[in-house]
Amino acid sequence: MVENTLLEVENLKVSYGGIQALKGISLSIAAGELVTLIGSNGAGKTTALKALAGLLHPTSGHVHYQQKSLLQFPAHQRVVNGIALVPEGRGIFARLTVEENLLMGAYIRHDKTEIAADLARQYELFPRLAERRAQLAGTLSGGEQQMVAMARALMCRPTLLMLDEPSMGLAPLMVEKVFESIRNIAAQGVTILLVEQNAKLALEAAQRGYVLESGAITLSGAASELLGSDAVQRAYLGT
Amino acid sequence: MRCRRWAARPQPSREKVGSHEKRHTRCRFFFVWIAQVIVDILLQQVINGLVQGSVYALVALGYTMVYGILGLINFAHGEVVMIGAMIALTVLKALLAAAFAPVLAVLLSLLAAMAVCMALGYSIERIAYRPLRNAPRLAPLITAIGVSIVLQNLAMMIWGREYHSFPLPFNSVSHQFGGAIVNDVQIGIVVVALIIMLGLMWLVHRTRMGRAMRAVAENPSAAALMGVDINRVISVTFMLGSALAAIAGFMVSANYGIVHYYMGFMLGLKAFTAAVLGGIGNLRGAMLGGVLLGLIESLGAGYIGDLTGGFLGSNYQDVFAFFVLIAVLIFRPSGLLGEKLSERA
Repeated sequence: MVENTLLEVENLKVSYGGIQALKGISLSIAAGELVTLIGSNGAGKTTALKALAGLLHPTSGHVHYQQKSLLQFPAHQRVVNGIALVPEGRGIFARLTVEENLLMGAYIRHDKTEIAADLARQYELFPRLAERRAQLAGTLSGGEQQMVAMARALMCRPTLLMLDEPSMGLAPLMVEKVFESIRNIAAQGVTILLVEQNAKLALEAAQRGYVLESGAITLSGAASELLGSDAVQRAYLGT
Repeated sequence: MRCRRWAARPQPSREKVGSHEKRHTRCRFFFVWIAQVIVDILLQQVINGLVQGSVYALVALGYTMVYGILGLINFAHGEVVMIGAMIALTVLKALLAAAFAPVLAVLLSLLAAMAVCMALGYSIERIAYRPLRNAPRLAPLITAIGVSIVLQNLAMMIWGREYHSFPLPFNSVSHQFGGAIVNDVQIGIVVVALIIMLGLMWLVHRTRMGRAMRAVAENPSAAALMGVDINRVISVTFMLGSALAAIAGFMVSANYGIVHYYMGFMLGLKAFTAAVLGGIGNLRGAMLGGVLLGLIESLGAGYIGDLTGGFLGSNYQDVFAFFVLIAVLIFRPSGLLGEKLSERA
């Protein structure tokens, strides 16, 4: 249905100890797209991203990525294939400095000059981090930590960047900054799968969206259509 | 009521015990005597403490690295030290019998011990701990004790129950040093331990592998998302700790000249104490705790006889280590340099 498909998920099911968190979801993302997955708390958004990143093992289903079956790879090899996840709660290394965090992002790469160039690029994209490069990441504010997490993910030069609730716990001004960065990253040609509770912001930034409800996808379409649809308006935008 | 009555009981007159003057001279005599005793053996005990402490520090690093990454206390670590000593002994004997040059024989036996211990550390993790990675914490802990017993008995079957003398192929010359005596082996132990610890700090803080180790220690799943193969990092950690254990085993054997299948048990417990004292999971803490524990033990053993009027002898030195362990667990469970333990619970 989408041309130039980068990621194709078919009927993915995930269970935790007998409870089915994902009841068979299917979605597809084309190269260069910004797609959002919205839904309320406990709908299974984080589960979906974790399964795609390899932190959880699906009970059934297929994931095709660049014409390869993704599920055969363990988490640490999916990064090599260009899939990066900025996890919920950011998952930064608090006892490493900001710069060490970013270098961890480039762990799979060995081209030292290129890594240094990318480091400089991240500092350009997030000037705040340049000021704090030698500081322990744990001492940063929530918004700055989110920037570290995003810059770190970019350090592996991802083809597909997955973001899990980047706005969570941030002050409104920070949320705006984070979304501005997300648009910048998308403009550079990185494909993005954005999971958000803040449906309005996410749909405004994305081209297409999927709505996840108790482990199943109930709606999908162009972001602008979803934004205008009655169901989304009622359920997530509170109007 | 009873308390008050007890407090108000008639007090015996102090003057009856001895005249004021008599007490004064006795006091002065006591302090002069104490001062003499202290100065006499202080330097010697500090030297002994530093030597023993260097060994504790190397072994404590193995405990603390594994704890930092897995949250597991590898109680088999002391036995790895013992196996290292045994391998060094066997290889050294064989090489000396084959008329190798002494320095070469020492180096080769040390390398052999390190290689065997690294393989052993890798295997222990692979066979005993990895299958229990997601089990409740008690399971790997009990397994660790089991591994320790297995290794001890294995060593007993291979090398027997007797004490082996460690054939150091050169004379360890003793030097007079401000009233204390220090020999070449002791100097070597402290210098080598220092170099190794500096090297380890460099590795952990300045290299890609070290960064990955710290990342895995802090947040394994986030490290996996960075492309770090967690199992590989854990294996490297075990091998690194085991190599340090082998060096420590060689040092102890060279220093005391004796190797025994049971030597790893007490040494392991004390090094564990050192790691807890410094703050388990913290590398600098393990080094600090090791040296401190060596000093506490050595000074304690040196003075316990004098302080108890000969009632307790220096054979009570082990008491100090465990006294320290209990005190740390009661008053500062996170250790001297440790962070809150709840973080990794």
